[in-house]
Amino acid sequence: MALLQISEPGQSTAPHQHRRAVGIDLGTTHSLVATVRNSIATVLPDEHGRVLLPSIVRYGQEGVVAVGVEAAARQAEDPRNTLASVKRFMGRGLADVVKTHQGDLPYDFVDSPGMVQIRTAAGVKSPVEVSAEILRVLRQRAEASLGGEITGAVITVPAYFDDAQRQATKDAAQLAGLEVLRLLNEPTAAAIAYGLDNAAEGVYAVYDLGGGTFDISILRLTKGVFEVLATGGDSALGGDDFDRRIACWAIEAGQLPPLGARDLRALQVEAREVKEALSSREAARFHVKLQSGDPVDLTLDTATLESLGANLVTKTLKPCRQALRDAGVDIGDIKGVVLVGGSTRMPMVRAAVAEFFGQAPLTNLDPDQVVALGAARQAHLLAGNRSGDDWLLLDVIPLSLGIETMGGLVEKIIPRNATLPIARAQEFTTFKDGQTAMRIHVLQGERERVDDCRSLAHFELRGIPPMTAGAARIKVEFEVDADGLLAVTAREQSTGVTAQVAVKPSYGLSDDDIARMLRDSFDHARDDLDARALAEVQVDADRLLDAVRAALAADGEALLSDTEREAIEARIVALAEARAGTDRSAVRMASDALSTATDDFAARRMDASIRSALAGRSIESI
Amino acid sequence: MSDAVTAALATTGPGADPFALLGLPRGMDVDPHALDDAYRQLQAQVHPDRFADKSEAERRVAMQWAAAANEAYRTLKKPLSRAKHLIESAGVGLGEQDNTAMPADFLMQQMEWREQVAEARAHRDDKGLRHIEHDIRGAEGRLWPLLSERIAAGDWPAAADAWRRLRFLEKLHDDIEDVRAALID
Repeated sequence: MALLQISEPGQSTAPHQHRRAVGIDLGTTHSLVATVRNSIATVLPDEHGRVLLPSIVRYGQEGVVAVGVEAAARQAEDPRNTLASVKRFMGRGLADVVKTHQGDLPYDFVDSPGMVQIRTAAGVKSPVEVSAEILRVLRQRAEASLGGEITGAVITVPAYFDDAQRQATKDAAQLAGLEVLRLLNEPTAAAIAYGLDNAAEGVYAVYDLGGGTFDISILRLTKGVFEVLATGGDSALGGDDFDRRIACWAIEAGQLPPLGARDLRALQVEAREVKEALSSREAARFHVKLQSGDPVDLTLDTATLESLGANLVTKTLKPCRQALRDAGVDIGDIKGVVLVGGSTRMPMVRAAVAEFFGQAPLTNLDPDQVVALGAARQAHLLAGNRSGDDWLLLDVIPLSLGIETMGGLVEKIIPRNATLPIARAQEFTTFKDGQTAMRIHVLQGERERVDDCRSLAHFELRGIPPMTAGAARIKVEFEVDADGLLAVTAREQSTGVTAQVAVKPSYGLSDDDIARMLRDSFDHARDDLDARALAEVQVDADRLLDAVRAALAADGEALLSDTEREAIEARIVALAEARAGTDRSAVRMASDALSTATDDFAARRMDASIRSALAGRSIESI
Repeated sequence: MSDAVTAALATTGPGADPFALLGLPRGMDVDPHALDDAYRQLQAQVHPDRFADKSEAERRVAMQWAAAANEAYRTLKKPLSRAKHLIESAGVGLGEQDNTAMPADFLMQQMEWREQVAEARAHRDDKGLRHIEHDIRGAEGRLWPLLSERIAAGDWPAAADAWRRLRFLEKLHDDIEDVRAALID
């Protein structure tokens, strides 16, 4: 089926051209990168053979940044400048962070509009910048291993991440110089890896307990389709919480005096090691030397750990019940339960999952790697490396979206667990005579009151023609793309006068912020040096010219007016002229101009080709 | 495919009637497997991931079609929303916010069930809940054939009346599920 020939420069895929795409699991505790090589998904180790990169970044006084193992080694010694688990702060304000962590973190938080920041020896850093440091290391690892620049990446996020957290993750990737092919939900990524490896069919549950987040997803796997039926979770519940409980236990059991940031960090680091040791032993020694020189020497056994963590495990079961109900399936319908996330190594977690679902969970994939492996396969597919057995992914939005109405209530416009992408509109009206502006407040969450939901954006629609109350018709349109990211537009339509606003969530960075941060970063300078050579720009221009000429010959008559056709032809001439010269930026600008001029034409051809494909389908099926 | 369906697709695009978009015959009688298959086939053709290497403008068109496919599937999947679509597209309003049109005996029965649910909740009585559910299912069992029959006959006011009653009962089921969830937690 010869469909669409117009593509932007650099986006067209020549047949058999392999594109280097990676999947990245940006985790609370550690992160990793994977790719598909010779049709097999594989994780990429660093030069020491280590696959897991601790998600820890250290900002030294000299401004030197250490990421990973090196940073982890210093966290007890320099807790304020060694940032761990920043995923918990992505898209979160200071108030959220204080509420969730009750001041037990050693960081110097700075309140800032939208997202909390952290003061370090190297200056104030946003969680987005810290995450970008981690992503940059993984990008470099992948480039070294694959021998060239990465075309694009699929980055995973907890399924239960809201719009602000997703936007922050996408901003971090952009800052690290990665082209984001897709934000993919972690449990869905795991299901892809599991399903493709096992040729699984039927309804599966993915139970994902990571370092800082918990997700449950219910999926239906049918030949070639991964359909998420429902998802649920808690974006502030994970292995870190067990560590904190163990550290508190140590303070109580050891009758320790009030401790400073270093000691608290040291206790939590030890807590994690002891917790991990208890996955394969009955008891483990808890040993820390305090700053005062006093030792803490205790023994923790599994029975005590189980009593410390029991209600954390129970807390995961409520979202499981809700997700099953939302999916409209009974526990008996579940064919298998896939475990994801390092915290599912705890025997108490496995036992609780087995009891709840009435079956032993599947553990044949490494819970630390399965998400990155699934992401790599999706990245491979989205980068245009099509094979015969392509699959289709249908994911859902985890939390309802709505807008504020009178009395501080939220009117839901998109319900949770609706399949992506979604476009839905609702009409509103003015409530005062002569009202010419309307304030629109976009929220996400399940509760009825504005105060109990997350505020995503405020914007104002101006230029409504003055009318009597209730006469204006304002259409507010929500659009959620396949990444789960929202765009809102509003139009007044009763008089034909339209005003339109597109909003970016207030927790996201503005494009200007990103541009500034990119300028600031060393990598950007390198990118400029590595900028595409003239020959490459010319090849793209030729490809574009061929495509547009072919498209015009095929559909120009049918889909374009004379004026539109002339405008495109003028830009073809301009690009052909620039192409003959040696000014790289002139070629690129002329290419961009031609691309922009053909946008509408491309959209119309796409629409026409989908129509004809569907008409064909229906004739065959009847 | 009928000419009418082709015309619906050609004139309205992603905003087409859900039955036309999914290529299914219009009416209450929808085979769930045929619906699932039609939906997956449609998404396989229009989903933006299928056009990941195309331009922004092209992917936007694909996204609009995919969003329309999701909306159509959602509309037809549950019988009550399928019926709502059929009744409303015949130009008859369902007045969901307004229950004054319901006959007194039906409203009395509603109140009685709601009281029983509240009582079962107070006594944490799951057996009581199951008993109420059994009664509601009985009422639904009588209403569903009526609704389908009235829709097929094009008797929209009677169809709308049956729909409103079934919608009440669905809400009651939801309430019972909420109570059950609250009792477990």
